[in-house]
Amino acid sequence: MGMGISLALTVALILVAWAGAAAGLQVVLGTVIPYLAGLTFLGGLIWRVVRWARAPVPFRIPTTCGQQKSLPWIRYAAVDNPATTLGVVARVALEVLLFRSLLRNSRFELREGPKLVYFWEKWLWVAGLAFHWSLFVILTRHLRFFTQPVPAFVGWLEGADGFFQVWLSALYLTDVVVLVAVTYLFLRRVLIPQVRYVSLPADYFPLFLIMGIAGSGVLMRYFFRVDVTAVKELALGLVTFRPVLPAGLSALFYVHLFLVSVLLVYFPFSKLVHMAGIFLSPTRNLANTNRERRHINPWNYPVKVHTYEEYEEEFRKHMIAAGIPVERAGPSAQVGIPAEKEGQ
Amino acid sequence: MYDSGKILTGLLIFALLVTFPVWYHLGRATPPPEPDLDTPVIAGLAEKECIESTEYMRAYHMELLKTWRDLAVRSGEKTYVARDGEKYPISLEDTCLKCHSNKSRFCDQCHNYLGVDPNCWNCHVAPEEGNR
Repeated sequence: MGMGISLALTVALILVAWAGAAAGLQVVLGTVIPYLAGLTFLGGLIWRVVRWARAPVPFRIPTTCGQQKSLPWIRYAAVDNPATTLGVVARVALEVLLFRSLLRNSRFELREGPKLVYFWEKWLWVAGLAFHWSLFVILTRHLRFFTQPVPAFVGWLEGADGFFQVWLSALYLTDVVVLVAVTYLFLRRVLIPQVRYVSLPADYFPLFLIMGIAGSGVLMRYFFRVDVTAVKELALGLVTFRPVLPAGLSALFYVHLFLVSVLLVYFPFSKLVHMAGIFLSPTRNLANTNRERRHINPWNYPVKVHTYEEYEEEFRKHMIAAGIPVERAGPSAQVGIPAEKEGQ
Repeated sequence: MYDSGKILTGLLIFALLVTFPVWYHLGRATPPPEPDLDTPVIAGLAEKECIESTEYMRAYHMELLKTWRDLAVRSGEKTYVARDGEKYPISLEDTCLKCHSNKSRFCDQCHNYLGVDPNCWNCHVAPEEGNR
């Protein structure tokens, strides 16, 4: 059901772009929408991050995956249970670059016995890593359309990525890897019943969208060539704020551009914003210093307390009369000790 | 806002990275390439037309060269029949480079613009450009 909606939406978007290109709406598809999409992406992402940052995180809630720092002679896990900012930086960096928490993924089954059996389950980690890194390399390679002169590192990346020359020209490894990985991520959702059960349209839609973007890009790169000089003129026009619309760009190119624009708009308001969210996960970006120092809750207010001493002072006469044991027989000089404020 | 120092620094780095193509070109013009068609052979042509249409050549010239490579080297075919039925000899020297004898002002214009490094000249010797 969710899959159907997402697929229909993606196909509809492709058709909209195709029809727009056919109807001569190049100005809208090639200038107006990309600008709006870029603005929405940057503004939306900043808005999301600032909104997250306004939420107080009074307590340290890192997920601890190793020995906490305590006595000097007990070795502690500096990265898996960090106590310093350096440890936290290492932990977040490893999470962002290598997806360590996915690496921990394991599958378990209850076998006869009864016996709980754990399985090595790394496919999601492998596919996720391949998918994200390919997207990053592909995005960086696209700088050749957005920069003039093209920086040297883009050329090096292209050279390494296009190491295999098939059909006389470079076959980019990342193009193949991203399609294989996105297909795996999709099939995983469909074929594993538990994953399928928890999958929503918002899970399928980004996958279809990325399939559409990568697919249209691959079609343009290897099958239905476009005039790349015209593509670069358009791209450079956008980033130098002197937009031009070169003639002769195919509908396929506008489909690609439109799907990318949709992705940019969709990004800050969907699960895709995990790109920013991973840096702001309190379970990863906090040092475990709960015992080392006291963390004050920022919304604490002075609490009015009535201590037992004050209580006894107030009711001593009645307590003695009723035979209730009291701590002091007579009024003490210590009445009115200011109560210790909660949380100070 | 909590931890605003760290978060705003992060956001600033992100914004700078994302807008790299914008500030990379600040105060710099990026004129589109102008492949030069002014060679003696082209000037002498009655009808200034390549073997296929300009749009096709702009997008597919590399594919055409690949097809020619296969036709000439693998099938021994020496004649190319264009879409309009016209026949051309499959030869770099007698066809492509006869007209476009100005590599640096024709081929290289777009290739440099796009940072493309074609592997033609790994094997073939680039033509001399003495008198255009």
